[in-house]
Amino acid sequence: MAIELVCPAGSLPALKTAVDAGADCVYVGLKDATNARNFTGLNFDDRALTDGIAYAHDRGAKVLLALNTYPRSDNWTRWTTAVDTAAERGIDALILADPGLMRYAMRTHPALRRHLSVQGSATSYEAINFYHEHFGIQRAVLPRVLSLAQVEQVIAHTPVEIELFGFGGLCVMVEGRCALSAYATGESPNCNGACSPGKYVRWQQTTAGMEARVNGILIDRFAADERAGYPTLCKGRFDVGGETYYAIEEPTSLNTLELLPEIARIGVAAIKIEGRQRSPAYVGQVTRVWRQAIDRAAREHDRFRPDAAWLRELAQVSEGQSQTLGAYHRPWK
Amino acid sequence: MKLALGPLLYYWTRKRVLDFYDEVAAAPVDIVYLGETVCSRRHELRLPDWMDIGGRLAAAGKEVVISSRTLIESESDLKTLRRITGQSHFRVEANDMAAVRLLAGSEGWIAGPSLNVFNDHTLGMLVELGARRFVAPPEMSGEALAQVLATHGRPLETEVFAFGRLPLAYSARCFTARHFNLQKDNCGFRCIEFEDGLALDTRDGRPFLTINGIQTQSARVHNLLGDLPALADAAVGVLRISPQARHTAAIAALFADALGGRRAAREAFDASRPLMPAEACNGFWHGRAGIDEYVA
Repeated sequence: MAIELVCPAGSLPALKTAVDAGADCVYVGLKDATNARNFTGLNFDDRALTDGIAYAHDRGAKVLLALNTYPRSDNWTRWTTAVDTAAERGIDALILADPGLMRYAMRTHPALRRHLSVQGSATSYEAINFYHEHFGIQRAVLPRVLSLAQVEQVIAHTPVEIELFGFGGLCVMVEGRCALSAYATGESPNCNGACSPGKYVRWQQTTAGMEARVNGILIDRFAADERAGYPTLCKGRFDVGGETYYAIEEPTSLNTLELLPEIARIGVAAIKIEGRQRSPAYVGQVTRVWRQAIDRAAREHDRFRPDAAWLRELAQVSEGQSQTLGAYHRPWK
Repeated sequence: MKLALGPLLYYWTRKRVLDFYDEVAAAPVDIVYLGETVCSRRHELRLPDWMDIGGRLAAAGKEVVISSRTLIESESDLKTLRRITGQSHFRVEANDMAAVRLLAGSEGWIAGPSLNVFNDHTLGMLVELGARRFVAPPEMSGEALAQVLATHGRPLETEVFAFGRLPLAYSARCFTARHFNLQKDNCGFRCIEFEDGLALDTRDGRPFLTINGIQTQSARVHNLLGDLPALADAAVGVLRISPQARHTAAIAALFADALGGRRAAREAFDASRPLMPAEACNGFWHGRAGIDEYVA
């Protein structure tokens, strides 16, 4: 089985770009808190969703809808309405995190594929098989936690297809188990689909440098010669034991291109590119590179080596302009 | 309302842990959660040791629960988990869906705070699978919790994280090892040096977070002593106190006094201030940023 390339789109133009550049699947979200990239100006209304699905299907690509935040009892119907709408519009699969919502989708639209979102925090085959047995999950997206040897172990013990993050912004925390943004701002990835939301960010030039604050909390301070990155809470510099450093994680991107032969060998079903919040240009660039890489890896297996030009191109669009293999490579931990 | 002592989140020496639970045996808590929930590398105590402590606490009249790990990565993690779910002496707190799978169909386990139960549909499903107590996610507000319980509609013992530094995030990476430029596989178990975790401050010197191995906690101490009347109104049945290096038993006594009507809630809160390692917060309960101390 060829590895599927799953690409992000925060808008209809990004979706079209991804499809044209060779994405097998494009994943999208609606314009509200039902997905984990609930950012102003981003995402799909009903019209864009309908047009996007038609555009993709005409060209042999699939569209997946991320409904991967956790509904509360008082706003539950917004999520179930989204499930129903997506099913009516002909979406190819739902990406879900909440077990209650999975059960709703399974009972209401049994023929519609259900994927377990990375926000479901399933890091073992026991957890994945739980979702499979109870909600018929056909694919699971793994949190960026396991080494490739551990991923292989998961694949050996589950009938569920496994999707891995291959490229893009890196959550250093287990997705679905991070309340840092909720703690700092009251808005959380789990319930609001937001992390370190822009409306809480303040930039201020001071004599000590350019300060970036989230809800008044100083996340980093940049000297004139430093590139000031977005103040994601876990990617700031802090003081620990008298040292100032990136105490949790540097602003860096995940890039697993060089691991492709190993990823293919252990039986990974799909590779996900992060970045629904990024521009259509980013989506196009990254999709083109990964399309070529996956196709070449399928032909060359262990002889596969990434093109230097691909790596240069990916490096240009990386957050913080540095890259890591993340948890797939053990020393990162 | 019952009082529970949550699992010890820090890594202390074996002797320190044993002494701590000797003290807990005499403290006014009804339920004690035991076990290592944070890191698979911590080994001062192993499951049989926790079972021994559990036996002594049960003999002292406590309800004992064994808590499972929050982040399961390896086959060896699963083996440990199966030993926990396979024992029949004590109830088990499931902190991951892997544990839920292994416990499903047995009666009386506890749905732990990291399961992301935010609505009555998911809660109802866990109850069908045998959960008999539910610990709300720490980020859930009192109002949202009341709605979940009202729509669930059936009586269910509900527990709230009521005191301690908030467990906020988990990672494959160990941030204590990172601080010492060590890899996790050769971490030297340096987290044992920080009895209440390692302080992470902003560059302008304000306490923000606490590093505890692979877990990130708040710097502030989440403290709902002043909110006890609202907790009672929300049908909360159990209050969780998270162990800290000092004064844990005294904190439990303040909760017990406030619940027993021997002290006003706000007065108990004021008395707790000198017993905490940092400033208080309670924003989560009020639907605000967790770091906020809400003053009604």
